[in-house]
Amino acid sequence: MKRSLRILLLALVFLYGMVPILGADDMASVPPLAGTTVARTDAAPPASVVVEPIPDPSGAATGGAADVVGVTAGAPSAADMTNLGPKEPLALKLADVIGHNRVAVNIVWTLVCGFLVMFMQAGFAMAETGFTQAKNAGHTMAMNFMIYALGILGYWACGFAIQMGGSGGAATLGGATVLNSEFAITLFGKSFGLFGTKGFFLSNTTYDAVVFTIFLFQMVFMDTTATIPTGAMAERWTFKSFVVYGLFISAIVYPLYANWVWGGGWLSQLGKNFALGHGHVDFAGSSVVHMTGGVAALAGALVLGPRRGKFKADGTPNAIPGHHIPMAMVGCFILAFGWFGFNAGSTLAGGDLRIGVVAVNTMLASAAAAFTSMLYMWNRYGKPDISMIANGFLAGLVAITAPCAFVNSVAAVAIGAIAGIFLCLGVFFVERVMKIDDPVGAISVHGVNGAWGVLSVGLFADGTYGDGLNGVAGTVKGLFYGDASQFTAQLIGTATNIIFVFVIMYVFFKVLDKFVPLRVSEEMELAGLDHSEVAVNAYPEFNLNKTHR
Amino acid sequence: MKKIEAIIKPFKLDDLKEALNAIGIKGMTVSEVKGFGRQKGHNEIYRGAEYVVDFVPKVKVEIVIPAAMVEQVIETMITATRTEKIGDGKIFVLPVEQVCRIRTGERDQEAI
Repeated sequence: MKRSLRILLLALVFLYGMVPILGADDMASVPPLAGTTVARTDAAPPASVVVEPIPDPSGAATGGAADVVGVTAGAPSAADMTNLGPKEPLALKLADVIGHNRVAVNIVWTLVCGFLVMFMQAGFAMAETGFTQAKNAGHTMAMNFMIYALGILGYWACGFAIQMGGSGGAATLGGATVLNSEFAITLFGKSFGLFGTKGFFLSNTTYDAVVFTIFLFQMVFMDTTATIPTGAMAERWTFKSFVVYGLFISAIVYPLYANWVWGGGWLSQLGKNFALGHGHVDFAGSSVVHMTGGVAALAGALVLGPRRGKFKADGTPNAIPGHHIPMAMVGCFILAFGWFGFNAGSTLAGGDLRIGVVAVNTMLASAAAAFTSMLYMWNRYGKPDISMIANGFLAGLVAITAPCAFVNSVAAVAIGAIAGIFLCLGVFFVERVMKIDDPVGAISVHGVNGAWGVLSVGLFADGTYGDGLNGVAGTVKGLFYGDASQFTAQLIGTATNIIFVFVIMYVFFKVLDKFVPLRVSEEMELAGLDHSEVAVNAYPEFNLNKTHR
Repeated sequence: MKKIEAIIKPFKLDDLKEALNAIGIKGMTVSEVKGFGRQKGHNEIYRGAEYVVDFVPKVKVEIVIPAAMVEQVIETMITATRTEKIGDGKIFVLPVEQVCRIRTGERDQEAI
């Protein structure tokens, strides 16, 4: 225990030591990018800004006349503001207020959606705990609880800066242009953004109302990723190695890939640099959030090994039923509720009325996936399997997360329906072929369907949305609508995720295991982790021990 | 005095209680138990993998009665709980040496 605490301390000191190095302002600066925002024509940042942006901690100076330019079809143009403004000073003042209000609506929308996503933690906690055994319920809950706290701290110290420090801010939120420093390398004569370098500890110039808003929204997304492996690794994972993991994934791993897609990094630049569609497009995080979590879960479950009794001597799997199916089902409903914030919130703009389409696509895909996974299990095993339906429901949500803003309702149903089948096949493949024990199906739900979701953008995007996304003119179109290069970009993003996340997480878990063992002892595993790993027994009133053959 | 232990299907408990009340049995002790007899366990499927439920949930009812009532109680129990399907359960009859009501100190017949 002492040794692992020392390691933890060292890790923190290391993180802190990086601040002055990475925070240096002489790092390569990149022009502002739109971040996750699908900017229509609105509020493109003025091209000639060279001066260092001034932070606005109170938010009073954020949002003004500039934020009404080109917002709607009939909105004044920049020329109108310059030419007509002086003749109508009152109109100019009113435009200032309207601009502030527009930004305010978008900030409120972004925050409220972020709060919804935060509540998904409760959904994860209930789903994972319900699908695992009573003797480990306190431990599974504790991991889902503490990942929230650990994730926030790791992300605050370092993760946010790596992810968003070079994003250039968010146009719909009227600012955060202080996030203007991306470390990039030049290859083939093109710039490859690797990580941001502003915003460590949310200090200095990043003490800004809009930056904090972006922090909250991005942080809860990161936490979704971080909590996914706790399901696949449940019922056998030591709590102290879990703590180190929580800081590592939130501070380093998630933010790097997220930077490449959402922070102005190289995957988002594939369109601009190599004419591959709009670059790797992931509206709300099928790859950034879910595939990262699913692939990390795969690496973790592989290193950790199966629970005792999961596989017979001949390798065929035993069922270890979850102890509280109603709790798990409610958890899935909470997740689906939070998912409206996840997807519709990713416009970062309540004034972007595409949110209606996004929300409906989200519910349609989940419905279709629940339906096909029900039919598949019913047909194959004679009964609808509740836990697989719940997994299928989530698989549909995961899959629609990337394409939700770019597809029509028929495509959303198709994407969901396929996700439900992929989920079932994925669960069986992981368990029967790879012989990996994933108690809650996290690898299939988030990994397999994260990949499917982000690829489906490259197939089904119908060209009605995404004009100007990632600095590429025109709307996002998939293969079925005439742009094969978009699918290529999606393939590159998917392959990058699988290789990068798997390698880094596999090595991390292997190395960590040498210093802080990942696996609890056999004795403790049989007795239940509530007795040894956490100072709480979820159900002290009764004693359930079940042996599995 | 005899003790009757009946292992029955859980959903037959209410029927049994009413039938016993009707013939004047004033008290009983009930517990949730698990076990198997000739019925054996059964296979179930969870997430596509089979598992065996060896021990089937049952309810155990315990009552103590005057020896003279044994036949009547057994008949009543059979009528109330029989479904004629495998797994209906069993009735055991055991001798009882003494009974004492704690509150009053009454013994045997008075204490039943």
